[in-house]
Amino acid sequence: MFIKVRITPGTISGRDLVKKLVEVCPVDIFAEDEGDLLIVEENQDECTLCNLCIEAAPEGAVQIIKLYED
Amino acid sequence: MRFYEHEAKSLLKLHGLPVPEGKVAKTDSEVEEISREITGPVVIKSQVLSGGRMKAGGIKFADTPSEAKVAASTILGLQIRGQLPQSLLVERKIATVNEYYLGVTYDAIAKSPIILFSDMGGIDIEEVANTYPQHLARTHLSNIEPFSDYKAKEIISSLGLTGSDLMKLTSILVKLVTLFRRYDLTLAEINPLGKLSTGELVSLDCHVDMEDESTSRQLALLNELSIPATEVRQGRPATDFEVRGMEVDSIDPRGVAGRVVEFDGNIGLVIGAGGGSLTLFDAIRNHGGQAANYCEIGGNPSVRKAYELTKLILNKPGVAKIAVMMNVVSNTRVDIMARGVIKAVVDEGHDPAEKIAIFRIPGSWESEGFKILTKYGVDFVDRSVSLDEAALRAVNKVKAK
Amino acid sequence: MSILIDRDFKFIIQGITGREAVNMTRECLDYGSQVVAGVTPGRKGRDVYGVPVFDTVKQITEQMSVDGSVVTVPAAFAYDAVLEAIDAGIQLIVVVTERIPRADVAQLIELARMRGARIIGPNCLGIISPGKGKMGGIGGTAIDTKKAYASGYVGVMSRSGGMTTEICNTLTAYGLGQSTAISIGGDPIIGSTYAELLPLFEADPETKALVVYSEPGGPMDSQLAEYVKNTNSSLPIVAFMAGRFMDEMPGMRFGHAGTIVEGKRDTAIEKIRLLEEAGIKVAENISEIPNLVKSAIKANRKG
Repeated sequence: MFIKVRITPGTISGRDLVKKLVEVCPVDIFAEDEGDLLIVEENQDECTLCNLCIEAAPEGAVQIIKLYED
Repeated sequence: MRFYEHEAKSLLKLHGLPVPEGKVAKTDSEVEEISREITGPVVIKSQVLSGGRMKAGGIKFADTPSEAKVAASTILGLQIRGQLPQSLLVERKIATVNEYYLGVTYDAIAKSPIILFSDMGGIDIEEVANTYPQHLARTHLSNIEPFSDYKAKEIISSLGLTGSDLMKLTSILVKLVTLFRRYDLTLAEINPLGKLSTGELVSLDCHVDMEDESTSRQLALLNELSIPATEVRQGRPATDFEVRGMEVDSIDPRGVAGRVVEFDGNIGLVIGAGGGSLTLFDAIRNHGGQAANYCEIGGNPSVRKAYELTKLILNKPGVAKIAVMMNVVSNTRVDIMARGVIKAVVDEGHDPAEKIAIFRIPGSWESEGFKILTKYGVDFVDRSVSLDEAALRAVNKVKAK
Repeated sequence: MSILIDRDFKFIIQGITGREAVNMTRECLDYGSQVVAGVTPGRKGRDVYGVPVFDTVKQITEQMSVDGSVVTVPAAFAYDAVLEAIDAGIQLIVVVTERIPRADVAQLIELARMRGARIIGPNCLGIISPGKGKMGGIGGTAIDTKKAYASGYVGVMSRSGGMTTEICNTLTAYGLGQSTAISIGGDPIIGSTYAELLPLFEADPETKALVVYSEPGGPMDSQLAEYVKNTNSSLPIVAFMAGRFMDEMPGMRFGHAGTIVEGKRDTAIEKIRLLEEAGIKVAENISEIPNLVKSAIKANRKG
């Protein structure tokens, strides 16, 4: 309702990167499913805007969209 | 955690302190039965957490089992400060020739336990202190040095007691202090401790409070006494609404969003932190507002916790609007609070602009929070509007409706 | 001037790698405080925003001079952490941790007294001498702290951490800066009470007035009133009493662990009476505080 996490398709590959994203997020927005990255929909609004996922991923791969900003 | 009298007496009995012969009952026929077993006059005592039972009629004497049954049915229906009895304690009636007061509690100025002893038991100890100071002896205990019998003997003998009275009282006081220390009690009080014509001593009434913070390390005792460790025991038992508030707070360990107290007004309060909640609750009342609840938000709670708390308050019967207010926050985040509150209001089918009378949480991440509030048309104010003014606006909006 | 902490004050943080402690470290550093080291057992060799982490307090005090410690460890470990700080000879220990049983707290305070150390808290947000440094989470991030606190001549003591900031924010908005603001903690037994801290403010040449935030429960306000009366203290004091509604709800705990009315002495109304009897002005609401402070200072000058 407030935050949408968008992954640019094809930018997140490899177990290590997936694991890293799962690990850095303090509010469990990311999960791993057999090597693939999953977004936990119901946790998106918990996002603290800490940017740790953005820093952990290749540039432009993860976007945090504030739905309350037009 | 306050103990009911029968629980406190079980604790005393467990440690060899003398208590009257008695049993706990839930119905008037059980009281009749117990009274028959005891054979002889009994006392029937309402088990409530508040004081003032005698004055309120919560303690009655009966000479026969049938009288006891009648007395029990009266007490079972009698509210004392809004509380119905949890159970009834039926005990043998005891005639005393003398009554004492023994108590151990903390002195927050000395920052150590203090023992109080009086040879005028049965009346309020504050009254003894004010009116008959020569009948009250007190001494502090060290938190570090060991406690030993001589200390108890000194305080009791300082009121002129000697002989077997001194020896018996010393033994009881030492046991009481030991209980106090071993079980993290904040109050252990026997009042009165009755002296029978035989010279024997019996604890006629007693009060025990255990530190809330310590219940987790005192589970063995609580289990033994069948006291639910998670039960909140304050001046009265918790209401369903309050229990649900505790459940909200325990969803996750992040921050505080709960500590709900139920009132019967129409303004739902989503407020914090500790001191801020107290200040705001006063302000609502000063301006003639009727609060539906008290609550506390503190630390950095999750969106989900703020959401669930708001939902709980929103759905309380009679709530017209909610007011979301806190003191200038430094670790609670304004945007996180805004998200949780607005989401709850929307999910429950309301318009945030209409349902939220006012949003006054300035401080950490406020610019982000204000963006969210603006988007949903919520009436919000920044730190230039005082807590008092914010409360006034909330009251006026609810009245205007 | 200020009391307890100033620009040169060096302190450590016990439990520095905990989630909230990491934030606190950042906030204190950004505000200009000297956080010289931290302790988390088993984490020696790491650093938190450049602050070195050690396994024990002694490892730190053996190699550098330390004036104070902020204890942020969970309640179950707090007793040990405070003992460790006292034993290492640390003089000022701010205990942030909530829910430490009072038997433990009382013991720690008695020991600290014997060793000449001072404890602030438990269950507090710490100390700030605006413009000089802050010790603890008080005020939040450096940016937020600067919005609410400014340096000046009003001392502040409060049982509520959040209300310390609310009150200072109000004072700052009226152009009244603060010498030092102390969140003394909301527990029933705390290391330093109003009356115990008052002499430090009295001795500070730049503190011209004091604001005290209080709540029902506990004897600390009557201790303050008594101290002021007995010593003829000339430092003007303005108090604010929150939770007046609690007078009608004996036995119920609100706000802080120590905020409970168990007898007449604990009520807001009785405390207000005692404070006023000692010449302390009691504000009806927070917005009145700045003007009361100003007029109290004026009256004091004339007197």
